[in-house]
Amino acid sequence: MDAGSFSSCISSEKARPASRHPLREGGSRPYMPSLLSSSKDFSSRQSGGDRFIPDRSAMDFDMAYYLLTERRKEKENAAAASPSKGTYRRLLAKNLLNNRTRILAFKSKPQAPAEGILQETHSNAASHPSKSAKPQRHIPQSAERILDAPDLVDDYYLNLLDWGSSNVLSIALGNTVHLWDASDGSTSELFTVDEDVGPVTSVSWAPDGRHIAAGLNSSDIQLWDSSSGNLLRTLRGVHGSRVGSLAWNNNILTTGGMDGKIVNNDVRVRSHIVQTYRGHQREVCGLKWSGSGQQLASGGNDNLLHIWDLSMASSNSSPGQNQWLYKLEDHMATVKALAWCPFQSNLLASGGGSGDRCIKFWNTRTGVRLNSVDTGSQVCSLLWNKNERELLSSHGSTQNQLTLWKYPSMVKIAELTGHTSRVLFMVQSPNGRTVASLAGDETLRFWNVFGTPEAPKPAAKTASTGPFSSFSHIR
Amino acid sequence: MASRTASKDIITLRGSAAIVSEFFGYAANSILYNRGVYPEESFTKVKKYGLSMLLTQDESVKSFIGSLTSQLSEWLEAGKLQRIVLVIMSMATSEVLERWNFNIETDAEVVEKGVSREKSDKEIMREIQAIMRQIASCITYLPCLDEPCVFDVLAYTDKDVAIPFAWIESDAKLIQNPQMVKLHSFDTKIHKVDTLVSYKNDDWDEK
Repeated sequence: MDAGSFSSCISSEKARPASRHPLREGGSRPYMPSLLSSSKDFSSRQSGGDRFIPDRSAMDFDMAYYLLTERRKEKENAAAASPSKGTYRRLLAKNLLNNRTRILAFKSKPQAPAEGILQETHSNAASHPSKSAKPQRHIPQSAERILDAPDLVDDYYLNLLDWGSSNVLSIALGNTVHLWDASDGSTSELFTVDEDVGPVTSVSWAPDGRHIAAGLNSSDIQLWDSSSGNLLRTLRGVHGSRVGSLAWNNNILTTGGMDGKIVNNDVRVRSHIVQTYRGHQREVCGLKWSGSGQQLASGGNDNLLHIWDLSMASSNSSPGQNQWLYKLEDHMATVKALAWCPFQSNLLASGGGSGDRCIKFWNTRTGVRLNSVDTGSQVCSLLWNKNERELLSSHGSTQNQLTLWKYPSMVKIAELTGHTSRVLFMVQSPNGRTVASLAGDETLRFWNVFGTPEAPKPAAKTASTGPFSSFSHIR
Repeated sequence: MASRTASKDIITLRGSAAIVSEFFGYAANSILYNRGVYPEESFTKVKKYGLSMLLTQDESVKSFIGSLTSQLSEWLEAGKLQRIVLVIMSMATSEVLERWNFNIETDAEVVEKGVSREKSDKEIMREIQAIMRQIASCITYLPCLDEPCVFDVLAYTDKDVAIPFAWIESDAKLIQNPQMVKLHSFDTKIHKVDTLVSYKNDDWDEK
């Protein structure tokens, strides 16, 4: 390439504008963009650019921009480039690369393929699942079912909803605990407590799916048999005030009270108090045992999150005082929403109240905070998807929505709206498919948000799907 | 193909051009079938190159490839065709996912002086067969096309070629940082066709 050949090219171009690039430059070797490595490409462009500067002063800006972006793009992941940028760069490349090849495309493209292909991939996805990646599942944007929940006590610090292993929901509305059988949709009233001890401030199914523990405003805790409808036992004197949180660990019923105490009760024995965890100064409203049953997470109105260790507690001979494993003070508001990760042990998600609005992730083995995401709204409850690496959070004002997050990227997958007041409680069906949410608007809504569990699933295969697949119609 | 010379081992420019353009027609069909760009049921089997090849029955694709190959053979006869690229793009985003390159080197002496060369049909057929087998086996390593795709064909011609009425100038539709696999080549002694497939990096394993 010498200057002479360029100027002759340009002058002849001016002379014969009809035929675009009449002169063949240089030798017979054609320019082959795709075969050359990008660095080679680049150098040839660079020399071309220098040559053009004196002749076409307007072009050097484009050239410079192209070269700059090209260089950066090489470092970046190509997939990140936006289509419009890509087009611009291609156009620049086309205009700036004065090569000896003309690239032609046949104008009359086959039209039918549009439909044909679409049908094809549909049938393809259905008949050859191995050939196509797992399509993104469809998440219904509206509730599957809405039930009325009148007389619900709209109190952030209570826990009034639970879904037992026998597929029955228990809901405390005022002084009454109702049951809703999810398998046939039948409702029944389990019990109503007296006005002077009510209302019911917490309900929790025992792991057997038959017994229900209910915490009361009077500080009593009642144990009911749901099949016979009998009151089995009343635990008295555990707390000094209302019992807003309950958690089962086999035959241990852990209770959290407004007095800041957390008590392990062995429901089988007469003197039921096994241990007391003292660490919270104010009401305990979040209480969850880890999947292994070794660690207990508790959150309180004092903005504290505690991790307690069962084995540490039991090795401690005196059943009076137990020291927490970790005291986590990162939340700026009440910690009510707690969820242990089902697929990664020692991973806990916690959500803060309206002054905090954050979802935080913890390694409870080390006490290290892994991540924190500001959701922009009060976090009332958290649920992990048992089938996918996803987390569902429920929120208060202004949207009163349920948000589905991809973990660990914390990309929002879906926002489910419908509730008109803060979504106080969320529980998951035993099969992990359906989520029930109970909100201050006195409705109980069922969402088919977590999808059906699939038995054989290859490793995560979602990122490669294009923008259209979020509206996928493929099951 | 009637133009191919009668005597078995002599090959003319016309005959070579016919072989190459016909090869491209079959190769394009095979790619569209094997990469699932068009539904399987829209293809029928025919015997060719000692293999059973699949040809599309979709009228629009058929006429597209038909008019394409006739134009290609015209350019091939003139020695103006440098390369043919079959591009597979995402229908939704138009992102280029695969490029099938057929690089063509033409023996300039044959074009200029009209001489012929010697190579048996059988030998050429064997070489083409090897490429076709490779195309069919490529699905083992190419990333899955898990979205609806469209294809396009680009012809790289010499600059002095007048643009035919039905053709437009196009960009190269390149892939950023592609993976490349070179396939076999075949040679009619007049046209040498090198095949190469480049595809978008599948970055699953790096995550």
